Amino acid sequence: MNVPFFIAAAVAVFSTLMVITRRNAVHALLYLIVSLLSVAVVLFVIGAPFVAALEVIIYAGAIMVLFVFVVMILNIGPRTANQEGVWMAPEMWVGPAFLSTVLLGEFAYILTTSGGGSAGMRVVDAAEVGVSLFVSYLLGVELASMLLFAGVVGAYHLGSRGSRIAAKGGRK
Amino acid sequence: MRDLLWLVPLLPFAGFALLIFAGARMPQRLAAFVGTGSIGIAALLSLLIARDVTTTGTPVFSQHLWTWVRVGGFEPAMALYLDALSVVMMLVITCVGFLIHLYAVEYMKKDEGFGRFFAYMNLFIGFMLVLVLADNLFLLYLGWEGVGLCSYLLIGFWYADPANGYAARKAFVVTRVGDSAMAVGVFLIFTHLGTLRIQEMLLTAQQQWPAGSALAITAAALLLAGAVGKSAQLPLQTWLPDAMAGPTPVSALIHSATMVTAGVYLIARLHLLFELAPPVQAAVAIIGALTLVIAGLSALVQRDIKRILAYSTISQIGYMFLGLGAGAWAASVFHLMTHAFFKSLLFLGAGAVILALDHEQEISKMGGLRSRMPFVFWPFVIGSASLSALPFVTAGFYSKELILRSVWSAGTLGPWLWLAGAAGALITSLYSFRLVFTVFYGAPKSPVTGQTGMPMVAPLIVLSVLSVAGGLAAWPSDSSGQGALSVFLSGVLPSVAELPQGGLDLLLQVIAATASVGGIFIAYIFFVRSPELADRLAERKGILQLVQRFWYSGWGFDTLYDTLVVRPFIRFTGIIRNDLLDLFFEGAAWYSEIFHRLLSATQTGRMRWYALWIAAGVVIIIGVVVFR
Amino acid sequence: MMQQGLLLAALLFAIGLAGVLIRRNILFMLMSIEIMLNAAGLAFVAAGAGWGQPDGQVVFIFILTMAGAEVAIGLALVLQIYRRFRTLDADELSRMKG
Repeated sequence: MNVPFFIAAAVAVFSTLMVITRRNAVHALLYLIVSLLSVAVVLFVIGAPFVAALEVIIYAGAIMVLFVFVVMILNIGPRTANQEGVWMAPEMWVGPAFLSTVLLGEFAYILTTSGGGSAGMRVVDAAEVGVSLFVSYLLGVELASMLLFAGVVGAYHLGSRGSRIAAKGGRK
Repeated sequence: MRDLLWLVPLLPFAGFALLIFAGARMPQRLAAFVGTGSIGIAALLSLLIARDVTTTGTPVFSQHLWTWVRVGGFEPAMALYLDALSVVMMLVITCVGFLIHLYAVEYMKKDEGFGRFFAYMNLFIGFMLVLVLADNLFLLYLGWEGVGLCSYLLIGFWYADPANGYAARKAFVVTRVGDSAMAVGVFLIFTHLGTLRIQEMLLTAQQQWPAGSALAITAAALLLAGAVGKSAQLPLQTWLPDAMAGPTPVSALIHSATMVTAGVYLIARLHLLFELAPPVQAAVAIIGALTLVIAGLSALVQRDIKRILAYSTISQIGYMFLGLGAGAWAASVFHLMTHAFFKSLLFLGAGAVILALDHEQEISKMGGLRSRMPFVFWPFVIGSASLSALPFVTAGFYSKELILRSVWSAGTLGPWLWLAGAAGALITSLYSFRLVFTVFYGAPKSPVTGQTGMPMVAPLIVLSVLSVAGGLAAWPSDSSGQGALSVFLSGVLPSVAELPQGGLDLLLQVIAATASVGGIFIAYIFFVRSPELADRLAERKGILQLVQRFWYSGWGFDTLYDTLVVRPFIRFTGIIRNDLLDLFFEGAAWYSEIFHRLLSATQTGRMRWYALWIAAGVVIIIGVVVFR
Repeated sequence: MMQQGLLLAALLFAIGLAGVLIRRNILFMLMSIEIMLNAAGLAFVAAGAGWGQPDGQVVFIFILTMAGAEVAIGLALVLQIYRRFRTLDADELSRMKG
């Protein structure tokens, strides 16, 4: 009965629900940041302080900021709120809600019927993670760096205004 | 000389081969030479062979060429058989055929299909010769089918006009009905008698089948059906009037002199078989009698010159059937010969008239040609006289009189059949001289364009001579009192008919002769002396009008067959048009199309749609894995 | 403990899935995908913590890396789409139909 865990979990679930039901993009983003922060708390509680920190720094700090910038550039916000409202009519919720519920049910079933083997709570700190990362999973690290490189190059090209991609094709 | 028998059918086939491949490229003169020359040489050979066979030694000659098929016990050969009957037929076919070919050189000279025409005509003569010279029923059937084919090709010669194609198809289909029955008859004969060689078969039949047995009757009846089809007798006579769509030389050759007489030849050749089936023989006579009256009455009201002659042919073949049914085999063959002479003469004359009047065929638009076309008029009159059996001077008189005399004593129906024949004689002369007087007398109604050339006139003259001189074949040549031709044929076709005696005989002949002359006289009154009588009769409404229309349509047989056979058949084919096997293949195509529609409906191009289905798929798979 | 963490991750994942399917605006769809990625990462860490091994956290780091690259390119694409089609409606972008 870990109280911080439950409180953080409740906040996470609630704010995530808020994210997907907001009409205003900026509101949704803010709720998303809250959700990420609460997940970071959960991570800390279950004994992974390193990744909790990473969650805050990278996820909530970098990725969400990207989102905010794009929202600023595209100027979505109060202006398109009405449109979003129209698109989220109640009858559209039936299918996705049903599918998600079924999926959740299946997960719940799997998780509760197969016995969980817990070897007890242990805090796995950064040093351990680092050793594991750069010794056992070195190849993965190298691949991840290549992925990041591809991401950088792609993002630069796709995002540049007046690039050749924007000039040709498209209108046909 | 007789060893050259195989050349007689071969020459026309060679002519056909040459013309069908090279005819279009030959100059017209060469094509005419090849086409007519092949028949001419065949005719010459026939004459020489005939002289050889009749004057020296054995009157029967068999020439085995090669064995055609060898399957189990079935070994029909390509073999030719020559006896008196086949000699007569061969001579008629080649000589009359040659004259008609000569005529056609002039008649068809402006036609583009000149080479093709002569190729088909040669092919026809070739097949007809195969038919009459065949040693076995299998080869005979080959010739039978071959002439049917050529008849189709020639009736529909001017194929650009669909009506001609329709007439050709009609001829082919109607004769096919008869041919199929005949084929079944041939199968029957082979199964039960074990051989198809005609002479052997007849001998075996006489030994194995008692007179009046069911097998004999069935076989004879089936063969009769084939003969009825080919010879355009009741009930398969509907094709012949429409077959006039072909060029006139075709009508002359096929539909008066040769092909339609194939049925008569068949019955005469297999007369022993028919003698074993008296009911069938009686049927032959009855069919003949009915046909000759019906066709004669139809001819009386026709307006197209060729249709009159067509119905006349049907009627005259009815006479031949009548004779065959009465057992007067030789008499029927005699009539066949004289009919070949005068009917082809009439057709060729009609062709000359049609051509001279620029393809006009309605007799009401013709007139006064007596003075303008004398070279056609006189032969035409001689031909009509022979057709009407004008006493003593014409060949037709002798042949028709011989048949009528034989019919009187034929069983219980004899007198009725004779009455039909005599009435037919009256009707015959009536319609034939109606034709003569309308076309050649009276005021001219259409202008004459062009001359009738010598190649057309010469055959007319020769045939006129034959139409008169043919009667010589009836003069008694020996002490038995029978005509020369009957004696000649007696080895093959002994007559089983009794002739009436003394006074009765004379009386019957006088009545028949009066009927013929009377018909001419009546026609004279109606069409020359007081034509207004005929006009008034034609205009009177009511029952006469109905009767006239009934006779004009050939006694409604066309309509009858249309409603009974043609329409149900077409409706039936419409129903099974989408046949069941097709459904299978169509179904496959139809199902794939449905699947295609279904699957392409899933490719909406919308991301959320795809995401939805991915999610659903994941859920389902997890469910399957977990809840197994 | 692990079980509860995993349950939480499943719950967040389902919510994220619903968000992807329901929203029409591409940006919101990307946000929902981020939620799903986050939930997956949480599941890994919970499992790793349950077994007392650092492997779960290592995988989480990889997921984080991948999410970062993906967001960068995804948002660049969103910008392109906006420039070209003047709309962010996902249903409008259906030229691959059929």
